Amino acid sequence: MTGWESWVASGPLEWLQFGFMRNALAAVLMLGVLYGMLGSIVVSAQMSFFSDAIGHAALTGIAIGILLGLGNPVWAMAAFAVLLALAIIRVQRMAAASADTIIGLFMAFAVALGVVLLSRGGGFARYTRFLIGDILGITRPDLWWLAALTMVAIAFLAFSYNRIVLAGFNRPLARSRGVREELWQGAFAALVAAAVTISIQWVGLLVINSLLILPAAAARNLAKDSRQYLWLAVGISLASGVAGLAASYYWGTASGATIVIIAMGFFLVTLAFRRK
Amino acid sequence: MTCGACCTKIVKLGAIIGGREVLRDVDLHLHCGELAAVVGPNGAGKTTLLRAILGEVPHSGHVHFLDSGNQRRDRPAVGYVPQKLEFDHTAPLSVLDLFAGALSRWPAWLGHRPGLVGQAERSLEAVEAGHLIRRRVGQLSGGELQRVLLALAITPVPDLLLLDEPVSGIDAAGIESFHQMVSDLRNRYHLSVVLVTHDLAQAARRADSIVFLNRTVIVQGPAAEVLADPRVRQAFGIGPELAAEASGQPRRSGRCVDCKLEGVA
Repeated sequence: MTGWESWVASGPLEWLQFGFMRNALAAVLMLGVLYGMLGSIVVSAQMSFFSDAIGHAALTGIAIGILLGLGNPVWAMAAFAVLLALAIIRVQRMAAASADTIIGLFMAFAVALGVVLLSRGGGFARYTRFLIGDILGITRPDLWWLAALTMVAIAFLAFSYNRIVLAGFNRPLARSRGVREELWQGAFAALVAAAVTISIQWVGLLVINSLLILPAAAARNLAKDSRQYLWLAVGISLASGVAGLAASYYWGTASGATIVIIAMGFFLVTLAFRRK
Repeated sequence: MTCGACCTKIVKLGAIIGGREVLRDVDLHLHCGELAAVVGPNGAGKTTLLRAILGEVPHSGHVHFLDSGNQRRDRPAVGYVPQKLEFDHTAPLSVLDLFAGALSRWPAWLGHRPGLVGQAERSLEAVEAGHLIRRRVGQLSGGELQRVLLALAITPVPDLLLLDEPVSGIDAAGIESFHQMVSDLRNRYHLSVVLVTHDLAQAARRADSIVFLNRTVIVQGPAAEVLADPRVRQAFGIGPELAAEASGQPRRSGRCVDCKLEGVA
């Protein structure tokens, strides 16, 4: 045992002596940046329910992936989630019903389809791991995928952030300023769909949306402008991720859910110090 | 003085929204440097007309923009101040963030470029709102918000400025100062301004021409003439004093003598 490892093993970072915990920490750090950034826009553009529906659609994606005989259902999940995201936006713009009704019915349909497909022959129990998620099972290749997606998200938000924020503020105003807001909303929704589906196996379908929304909601309580907002969301997302991962190690609990509980703590504290 | 879009010509414009004919056969000529007030009852299609000019609603007919050389321009710079800006008042968004959203690609989360800050300051100062630059948009009063949106609409200076009942929800002093600002900006930048309004007194005092719209153009012409028209007087229940007030104001229509509007059909 090297000196560094023995220091780690004895101190408050004792949980980092295991390779799988270090992988999980790397994952949580990247998820923190990814979810903090995306979440800030999801909340501003009032897409919380939308991203929740995308998370639930992952269930259907898994089922389709299995039906197609894919070893890893993540591609089928991502493809289905992106398709569903674009379908929701399309139908919303036709204004056939109110926005939340449309999301609600698409979500219910996606979940029902997923459950029907996965429960054939009574085998649904095999898939409960997607409901809870297991970040400790993350592999090196997974980490590279996550790193790539995080880089894509950062690049996307470097390129289009201002326009997306303006579109989220007021669509007609954005359009009058030459912002092709439909295009950007679609691209952003696809990115959220990709981020949610890739991480659902680690975080769990049941809580993944809170991971996206809570840090941004907490940041909103304090931020005065969009710069503070994004950095606070990323900071709170990172802090709850690391604290939640450590806590889940000591408590023997599911990491995703533990992170969400810590993030909720941040939200309540910031609510008390809410800017006027 | 030259101006970008010498005139805006609207030919036989019609719009159907949700199966209902909102506008029919609208013909309008707007000259540069002119302030045209669009008046009419609720549901007359005033907002739809502005949105059609912006290209936001599908419409029949044509909207042509001609520059001073009488050349067609596909996409002139149009500034727009919407009627009632619906937005989340808790949004963590500063006035400067709004300018960044409209004018800059440099992501606001990396801070604002000095050039953008300077540009925003100049525009805000033109409407006496320089002190609002770092304020959160949700904190602004109705009058402050309208001034910020006006500042945004004139950055960069547009060829055509569309104002959709910009003073609803503002007190009388605010209304007066807002209209004064629009007049000043119009004079300074030689803008064409289209002002949708319910306020005939302001229209009489400020507008060069008035368009009485009710699904189609009922009357249009110099302010004093339109206000003296019996159809307008009956529709709004106004006496002769507004027309008298309008005829006492200096007008600046007909400046665009070079515009050969007939050449475009």
